[in-house]
Amino acid sequence: MIGQMFEGVPARALACGALLLAALLAAPYVVNDYLLTVLIIILYYAYTGQAWNIMMGFAGQLSLGHALYVGLGAYTAAAFYVHFGISPWIGILAAIPIAIAGGAIIGFLAFRFRVGGVYFAILTIAFAEFARVGFDHFNWVGGSSGFFLPVANYAVSDLWNLRGKPMMFYYLILAMTVLAFVICRLLLTSRIGYFWLAIREDEEAARAIGIDTFRYKMYAVILSAGMTSLAGIFFAFFYNNLFPEQVFHISRSIELILAPIIGGVGTLFGPILGAFLLTGLSETMHAILYGFGIDIPGVKQVFYGLCLLFVVIVLPHGVWPWVARVLGIKERRS
Amino acid sequence: MSALLSVQNVTKRFRGLLAVDNVSLDVAEGEIFAVIGPNGAGKTTLFNVIAGVYRPDQGQVAFAGHRLDGKTPDQVCRAGVGRTFQIVRPFPALSVEDNVVVGALLRHRGLRDAREWAHKILRRLDLFDKRHQPASELTLPDRKRLEVARAIATEPKLLLLDEVMAGLRPTETDRMVAALRRLNQEHGVTILLIEHVMRAVMALASRVMVLHHGAAIAQGRPDEVVRDPAVVQSYLGAEAVG
Ligand SMILES: Nc1ncnc2c1ncn2[C@@H]1O[C@H](COP(=O)(O)OP(=O)(O)OP(=O)(O)O)[C@@H](O)[C@H]1O
Ligand SMILES: [Mg+2]
Repeated sequence: MIGQMFEGVPARALACGALLLAALLAAPYVVNDYLLTVLIIILYYAYTGQAWNIMMGFAGQLSLGHALYVGLGAYTAAAFYVHFGISPWIGILAAIPIAIAGGAIIGFLAFRFRVGGVYFAILTIAFAEFARVGFDHFNWVGGSSGFFLPVANYAVSDLWNLRGKPMMFYYLILAMTVLAFVICRLLLTSRIGYFWLAIREDEEAARAIGIDTFRYKMYAVILSAGMTSLAGIFFAFFYNNLFPEQVFHISRSIELILAPIIGGVGTLFGPILGAFLLTGLSETMHAILYGFGIDIPGVKQVFYGLCLLFVVIVLPHGVWPWVARVLGIKERRS
Repeated sequence: MSALLSVQNVTKRFRGLLAVDNVSLDVAEGEIFAVIGPNGAGKTTLFNVIAGVYRPDQGQVAFAGHRLDGKTPDQVCRAGVGRTFQIVRPFPALSVEDNVVVGALLRHRGLRDAREWAHKILRRLDLFDKRHQPASELTLPDRKRLEVARAIATEPKLLLLDEVMAGLRPTETDRMVAALRRLNQEHGVTILLIEHVMRAVMALASRVMVLHHGAAIAQGRPDEVVRDPAVVQSYLGAEAVG
């Protein structure tokens, strides 16, 4: 497996990766609290982008409702913790199956009845919207007035209950991001990854060479949903409050897909680069404007829009393939 | 020799249009069988019925003693039937090699194995030197070859080839004919091909069926069929024979 991980990776790419990882590991000792929070947000989007990319980038299934899986993961783990005092590490065992069930229902309906492309995307939006309305009336977890985790000032970080300082959350999301990257790399260099790419490229041709496309598309949704639900747990315990109106909103789903689109759909490093670019630049811009005493509401969204526009027009395959070419480290199979 | 593929009284309609009209054919194991006929005769539709893309309105398809009709295309392939598309369908963003590797992965679960097998096939079809190119950059003759390579990679017992010589120059046609003959003789792959290029049909096929308006109007040895008055009139017509 370790061999598969590094096989065919140019030395220069390994060096770049090692350098980046070292910098990220050292970051909390260098940066201030504000920057640490920004880094947490960046890694959060890198992680969710990686998870979404399995569906869209690998298997070619456009989901615009990934907020559903974030929300299901978040609410499940939070409910277990708040109502029963059960650690999120145990809550995972419920959160993942619930998110997977959500994804499997959508996948089954869509793939069994040949709902593809735009209609599939609409179906994913619809389910996220159902969940939003449903959770608005789900009073056990606070309904529309929100669900709150107890906040206290923790002197020492309690990793078991995910209560603690930003540094703990930072290392947690960093570990998740690295793990997601490793998983995606291993998937993409194995049988299932090749089958996904074939389905993405031409589903009918994939079927003609014996690929059970229904089954492999289901695998993609299930994996993506399960991984995304972990981000939801992170979200719940980092922010300590959940509102259906925000968690399940379509704008959340859109935000999740920006990083891989900007970075490069279907690439392994695209979601990470995209998250750095997007959040990094928008926070920089925010800081500059703030420095001049300017505070325009909605400026972040406009900025995201402009980034997207730029990428779609100038680098339609994303920024990463271009950066990789400049660095001389070509990622095989975009 | 027992029939590997047996098509019995297959009919396929598209709304009012009778695309395949009560067609029967048997392909023996190890044989090369050709289906010819004018444009719109129903050749590709017949292929699609065999390959599981369409369910026949009437009739049956059996392969190695098992019913094929009602199975999905991927099940048909896993049963041992490989196919190419008349309008080629490569995986455009993947390299030539990876296109073939995906096919090879059907029966070689390990990537290393699959790649080795893919390399053999790429060599056999003169695509080895182009293996790192994206499939989207290939010329049409190369795409046709890739189409065949990917189908062979699934290690079919029966290979359905839909006009893989179309658009090839005579020398390229001869190379393809040689590759197919080798596949047939050395690896025992049974071949059912649709072909307009009569030169290839005469060189390869032991038996030929002629379709016209969905119906089989003649069937037999190539030299017999090309002399059949009905065939000459409806299909070959002014076209030079041979
Ligand atoms: N999916 C479809 N829907 C409706 N009609 C179709 C469909 N596919 C084929 N046909 C029609 O069925 C008839 C047979 O078509 P088919 O493609 O099988 O012919 P063919 O013998 O392969 O011709 P060619 O030599 O041009 O490839 C044609 O009249 C065609 O228009
Ligand atoms: Mg045809």
